[in-house]
Amino acid sequence: MACGLRYSDVLIAGILRRVRTIAMVGASPNWKRPSNFAMKYLQEKGYRVIPVNPRAAAAGASILGERARASLAEVPAPVEMVDVFRGSDAALEITREAIRLRVEKGFEVVWMQLGVRNDEAAAEAEAAGLTVIMNRCPKIEYGRLWGELGWGGFDRGVISSRWPRPVKRDERAG
Amino acid sequence: MTEETPAPEGGTASDWGFETRMIHAGAGPDPVSGSRQIPIHQTSAYAFHDVDHAASLFNLQTFGFIYSRLGNPTVASLEQRIASLEGGCGATCAASGHAAQVLAFFPLIEAGERFAASNKLYGGSVTQFSRTFPKFDWHCDFVDTEDLSAVEAVLAQGAKALFVESLANPGGVVTDLETLAGLTRAAGALLIVDNTLATPWLCRPFEWGADLIVHSATKFLSGNGTVIGGAVVDSGRFDWSASGRFPGLSEPEPAYHGLKFSETFGELAFTVHSHAVGLRDLGASMAPMNAFLTLLGTETLALRMERHCRNALAVAEWLTEHPKVQWVSYAGLPTSPYRELAEKYLPNGAGAVFTFGVRGGYEAGVRVVEKCELFSHLANIGDARSLIIHPASTTHRQLTDEQRAAAGAGPEVVRLSIGLETVDDLVRDLDNALAAA
Repeated sequence: MACGLRYSDVLIAGILRRVRTIAMVGASPNWKRPSNFAMKYLQEKGYRVIPVNPRAAAAGASILGERARASLAEVPAPVEMVDVFRGSDAALEITREAIRLRVEKGFEVVWMQLGVRNDEAAAEAEAAGLTVIMNRCPKIEYGRLWGELGWGGFDRGVISSRWPRPVKRDERAG
Repeated sequence: MTEETPAPEGGTASDWGFETRMIHAGAGPDPVSGSRQIPIHQTSAYAFHDVDHAASLFNLQTFGFIYSRLGNPTVASLEQRIASLEGGCGATCAASGHAAQVLAFFPLIEAGERFAASNKLYGGSVTQFSRTFPKFDWHCDFVDTEDLSAVEAVLAQGAKALFVESLANPGGVVTDLETLAGLTRAAGALLIVDNTLATPWLCRPFEWGADLIVHSATKFLSGNGTVIGGAVVDSGRFDWSASGRFPGLSEPEPAYHGLKFSETFGELAFTVHSHAVGLRDLGASMAPMNAFLTLLGTETLALRMERHCRNALAVAEWLTEHPKVQWVSYAGLPTSPYRELAEKYLPNGAGAVFTFGVRGGYEAGVRVVEKCELFSHLANIGDARSLIIHPASTTHRQLTDEQRAAAGAGPEVVRLSIGLETVDDLVRDLDNALAAA
């Protein structure tokens, strides 16, 4: 697919296999918002997704059954991945917070959503030992690598003559 | 800021070669049975896991199948394959090439709006755009795409897209895609390319800046004259949200609770919309059996196109020497005015569909067609069999004299679609027919 950044399938698949819990910064309680779509899909695939949304947290709201948190600092450890569902400008501050909390929370990956790119944030995160993915959606990548995206007529770029094995929750740790 | 960050490890699967993708793209073993060839999913509808799963599907929150008007696993395999071969993001198959053209314009053109199209098009497309589309209040301005100031003028008047054929039917005209893509991009319009005659083996319009590609899968993609089918392929590169000219893709869709396709699906927006809204409401879906036959065809696309082109060049060269032949319009000939464009856009060959002018005008053209024994007289192209037709009395019959002349379908014109037979037999058959003309 046409994209400015290139990441290998091995890298993306490795992240999606390893990660169990995702902190989604900018997750919306409105079911018509893209972040809500992605959160619901990732939950269906067995990930725990913890929404970070100050307004929802202040109202004591839950999103798709998970209590909203006001900031990354309030997310219960361990969380392997921070998914940035905010604009590119906001990504730097979120990434710096993720770097600060990296050891305490167990963050390994900073993932910026489709349309979100901040090269300064990426450089700082990588220097701190975090893996960075930008301008990608984990829902789309999951569907692309494990077949479901093809159901919509999309080129997955994946070719294999092996009997396909869906990724299972218990495989992700290894 | 670097535009290309090197892959940290391994490669990306899109590095697979063309021939590998024409066999394998969209076609892994079936996850349930292990069936290696794509199963023909001859079903109207699909069971839901539960009510929540059904809701997710209807809300477009998850991937999956509801009803074969909107999507079918066999058809989806073909969509993936065509998207891969064209280097596109996604594809939507349709019941025919003409259905694909309606699907291509459907998200783009609102009632009362305009698009532009080359005046050198398949006659059926000219009729569709000029006669039927106005009933939807969609309006087409035909333009000579070799006259760049005319193209600029029509884009400046508000045309939201320019539609061209990469290799024009019926005869030997190659379109300067890169130049036209520059003009459409500057005007905030789309370049839509019908790549039916070239196929992605000969020409890949996305590499030259096209935004959408349409196909008649009836032709070389299936290749055996068995299928009626079509496809729209999206490059995934047009920024619908930034443009603001395409509210169908960037503004809330009432039938999906106000969902904005471009915001929710990014580069997938056009193809999601084509299935979820286009096929849903226009209903011109491809049958699974036709998708299966087209999948079989694509497995040998490169091999067939090589032979199609080699035979076509040999027949075209022979015709240029024939005393009863006035002219031959084949972009692969050294004398063609399109030779330079053919070398740029069609380096693997100039296709297998071309025209020649027979001395003696309309009557002589009709006689050549009727005297052939091996060439089939029928209104199709892109078959393993060689085909012949007299456009003025058939495919371009519904056009005016002026439209016929512009389209290269004058009274003396005979169109050939060269097949995969022994080339000497093709030459002998034409020789006999010309002798009798």
